[in-house]
Amino acid sequence: MRALVRNAAAAATALALLLTGCGGGGDGDTDGRITLRFQSLAWQKESVDINKQLVKEWNAAHPDIHVEYVQGSWDSVHDQLLTSFEGGEAPDIIHDASDDLADFAYGGYLADLRPLLPKGLTDAIPGNSWETATFDGGVYGVPFLQEPRVLIANTKILKASGVRIPTPEEPWSWAEFRKVTEELTGKGRYGVAWPLKEPVSVTLNLGLAAGGQLFHRGADGKVTVAMGEGDQVVPGTIHDQVNTDHSAARTALGMGGGDTLPGFFGGKYAMVPLGFSYRQQVVEQAPEGFEWTVLPAPAGRDGLAQGVSPQTLSVAEDSPHKKEAVRFIDFLLKPANMVRLAKGDWMLPTGTEALADPALHTAHLGWATGAALAGSLRSAPAQSVRGYPEWKDKVATPALQEYYSGAIDAAELKKRLVTDGNRVLARYQR
Amino acid sequence: MSMRTKRSVRAGQYVALLCYLVFLAFPFLWLISTAFKPAPELGSLHPTWIPQHPTLDNFRQAFAEQPLLRAAANSLIAALSAGLIAVLIATPMAYVMARHRTRLSTAATGWVVISQAFPFVLLIIPLFLVLKNLHLINTLWGLIMVYVVWALPFALWMLVGYVRAVPRELEEAAAVDGAGRLRTLVSVTAPLLAPGIVATALFAFITAWNEFFFALVLLKTPEKQTLPVVLTHFLGAEGASDLGPLAAAAFLATLPSLVLFAVIQRRITGGMLAGAVKS
Repeated sequence: MRALVRNAAAAATALALLLTGCGGGGDGDTDGRITLRFQSLAWQKESVDINKQLVKEWNAAHPDIHVEYVQGSWDSVHDQLLTSFEGGEAPDIIHDASDDLADFAYGGYLADLRPLLPKGLTDAIPGNSWETATFDGGVYGVPFLQEPRVLIANTKILKASGVRIPTPEEPWSWAEFRKVTEELTGKGRYGVAWPLKEPVSVTLNLGLAAGGQLFHRGADGKVTVAMGEGDQVVPGTIHDQVNTDHSAARTALGMGGGDTLPGFFGGKYAMVPLGFSYRQQVVEQAPEGFEWTVLPAPAGRDGLAQGVSPQTLSVAEDSPHKKEAVRFIDFLLKPANMVRLAKGDWMLPTGTEALADPALHTAHLGWATGAALAGSLRSAPAQSVRGYPEWKDKVATPALQEYYSGAIDAAELKKRLVTDGNRVLARYQR
Repeated sequence: MSMRTKRSVRAGQYVALLCYLVFLAFPFLWLISTAFKPAPELGSLHPTWIPQHPTLDNFRQAFAEQPLLRAAANSLIAALSAGLIAVLIATPMAYVMARHRTRLSTAATGWVVISQAFPFVLLIIPLFLVLKNLHLINTLWGLIMVYVVWALPFALWMLVGYVRAVPRELEEAAAVDGAGRLRTLVSVTAPLLAPGIVATALFAFITAWNEFFFALVLLKTPEKQTLPVVLTHFLGAEGASDLGPLAAAAFLATLPSLVLFAVIQRRITGGMLAGAVKS
């Protein structure tokens, strides 16, 4: 027993000694040098390397403003930021996505960047991208990377079927897309696999092409849900592919994007609608000799329009060095740097000059198809609507899941999205 | 019941047990399998249990991309400290609660039960503010304090059971033989309580080792981050992930718990059963 006590005391002493080196460093300014904390959500190796390299370049050129790179995670960023904001310990520069900013912007946690943004940066990014980070007239983030949803297709199957191959100039219509998936179906193969684990954003974003709007802002500024003809094209097509034509795999409905790739590589699905950046996983995981191509998503009344929620860089309202933080953002998003970041993340830059870079217009790996779609990308329909997260989780997600699986019909879907949905939104707009 | 029926019942029990074991082991075995598979095999429509072309690339990549060793060291410090401190505090408390039934011990028991009912999301912001005022944000000390407080109620609950399992008559016999209070505690009670203390420390260790959210919120700089937080750096947006390196890193992260369990498994079992039946 004495030995046990002795050992415990020794362990406690050792731990105490170890912990003396574990105190907080603090992020205050020392020797007149400003330290900014930059929380990046880059996660793929190439992207992390480029972010770190850019921070290194900044630090070398600006010894008086030191940027500390902190890696966050997409998986938990909202909760982590919320707690940090409440505790006044948020990073100075925050990497996030525009659809996650609304709560923080309305809550006063993020700085309105309008008076801080240099003209060069403001002009470099088109207005429709700025819209994605604009809430109540204030700009709460700099949108810098975005990705359209595209169809990643098995080239051999497509060629063998003899169907017309769509291009950004001559895309498929939604009706044509439905026919094509029927033609590609057979011999244990589905024309398409819709990974709709989270069906709401896919449905709303693709719905823009068909004239879908769903959320309507009245003259009093209040938003209501209404389901017109255009809103029914995308959900109707997916529903019919799954339940009438059997040209879309029912089992894929509950999958995330990456989960469909084994079936795609194995020839079970001819096409998978995925975010543009999924090409990286395709390149990494595709079996040798597998041929694939990137096609534009089907077009509708409004052409190839698609909703997107770009990645953004914001500044915390509590940061004592907002001006310096925006200077760093300006450096990070210089056209050449934006191209590097875009390539690292397999996405498209929002900046006009960056987007014109020849490296993003090569047919290799479908870059050109994605770049051709950039002009059609719009702010995701619902991201500035207060109460959207609750509408999405409690109303739209279960309703769309049941509709796509055939459990409810279009009338019931409409009733739930509109009637139940408006009840939710009304609570946020009293 | 005939002998034949008995045998068939026993066989059924073993089959059920086997199914349960497979159910428990499946995720871990699949994790190991994934950790050793090259990227093309991860995207195969017909995945195999045994990697066809086993590789260590995922481990190399995981170590190259993330500071796993530093994070593991942080986790180890936090978990060992939490386990040790929780036991140091809980053991005397448990002894008092088990041996001296007063209103205070009843209230303490009530506190233990109630404390288990609070979800941590409810506590995190107040906790964050308290630690901030104490200048303990972004320190392992702060995190350890949280882990100790978090583990303490259940640790106390466990230890009370172990103390009650030690017959009071043994302490009385020691007293009759002339042993003082302290001597009785050190020479009689403590050795009998050792398995329970080890089991409780292990519980606190595992809880802290696996904990994610407090570490995510309370630690700001990469140098302080613990293993569960660093593991999420392999995850991207919309469910995308760097599956191979993630599996490799997650496999390594489970090893300390497995080793600890393997080493002191018998003691835990003995400890868990203590107090379960009245002799």
